[in-house]
Amino acid sequence: MSMVSTPPALRTVNLVKIYQTGGLPVPAVRGVDLTVRPGEFVAVMGPSGSGKSTLVHMLGGLDTRTSGEIWVEGTRADTLGESAWALLRRQKIGFVFQFFNLVDNMTVADNVELPALLVGASPKHARERRDYLLGELGLSGKADAAPAQLSGGEQQRVALARALANQPQVLLADEPTGNLDSRNTKDVLRLLGEVHRQGQTIVLVTHDARVAGLADRVVTLLDGQIVDDGAVLSARRRPKSGAGDVVELRG
Amino acid sequence: MRLQLLALLAKEPAHGYELKQALEQIFGDAYPSPNIGQIYVTLGRLEKDGLVRSVDVEQSNRPNKKVYFCTAEGREALLEWVDEPTEGPRVRDEFFMKLVLAPMTGIADRMALINRQRRHYLGIMRDLVELAQRTDQDNRPAQLLIEGAMLHLQADLDWLERCQEDLA
Repeated sequence: MSMVSTPPALRTVNLVKIYQTGGLPVPAVRGVDLTVRPGEFVAVMGPSGSGKSTLVHMLGGLDTRTSGEIWVEGTRADTLGESAWALLRRQKIGFVFQFFNLVDNMTVADNVELPALLVGASPKHARERRDYLLGELGLSGKADAAPAQLSGGEQQRVALARALANQPQVLLADEPTGNLDSRNTKDVLRLLGEVHRQGQTIVLVTHDARVAGLADRVVTLLDGQIVDDGAVLSARRRPKSGAGDVVELRG
Repeated sequence: MRLQLLALLAKEPAHGYELKQALEQIFGDAYPSPNIGQIYVTLGRLEKDGLVRSVDVEQSNRPNKKVYFCTAEGREALLEWVDEPTEGPRVRDEFFMKLVLAPMTGIADRMALINRQRRHYLGIMRDLVELAQRTDQDNRPAQLLIEGAMLHLQADLDWLERCQEDLA
């Protein structure tokens, strides 16, 4: 079977990050071993300061590791220089930042198309993909707007569309629903579920249990270490069970 | 279920099966479908307490059906129900009791308890997300009931995280 020889989408070996703040070493990530298979959807949870964001930033080459290894689709990535990392990211990784990082002087449409154009997609293909993604996220009417004209929630959805424009091997995201109300979160949940069913590998940091509930697997960090790593399975035991069961637990 | 049935009867008289259908229609799949036997038992008790009364309505070719209606006392009970505050967040929580007490006896590890509970909550959340997606978007009561359950679960998970930070 080819599955045996397919390298993991992502792999870390004893990954460590220590920040030097005011001369004192502050360990943020302390020896993380993580393997993500192609097509897997992994949610990373844990309290603030547990190292979640640092971990996912290192996976995307946006923060350097202190020690340990990072492998992207079988290629050692932690030893790459900045420009080589940038190239790898452009080719293989889509990243959704907590604070969007959209290009201000470009329209929403151009922001979303840019990553595909940069790796040589045809303008027609880039435009079709952009139409699809903005449509799924309820943003078709905003294609010609500038990012600054959008609400925080809209900018966050544009950032997700941009990250998916390329159909990257791996989608990395840091709190992709952090600025969304519940209606907009529904659109994001639907899109994440859909691209995941199409085979998209996803690793995202989230506090939002609705997002984590969609994942195949949840990794929990505490003080920079993995304290739990396991599948999310349907809790349903009886065929007829509804929200009422959960609500009735109260009181 | 007493007061839900009473509220429906205060709107209009109905027989048992109509009440079952009304509950299903209002709350959709979000609420466990009431069992018809349970509805008749509850109606019997409400009648015994004087909160509803029933009349037999003749039907051609079929046995008579009992149509229930709300009495003045029933309306009074309903007003009381609506006026009193509804139970707030719980103070007793069975999981928390386990978390605090079980490790004292040496039969469980707090980290393992918390991790298992988190996975369980996330599994429930997964079911709720699916339920919301297959429930009619225009059924506001059903969607809001599901959203409420999700918010409760999110709070439970946040609290679990606090427990893990402080106790484990």
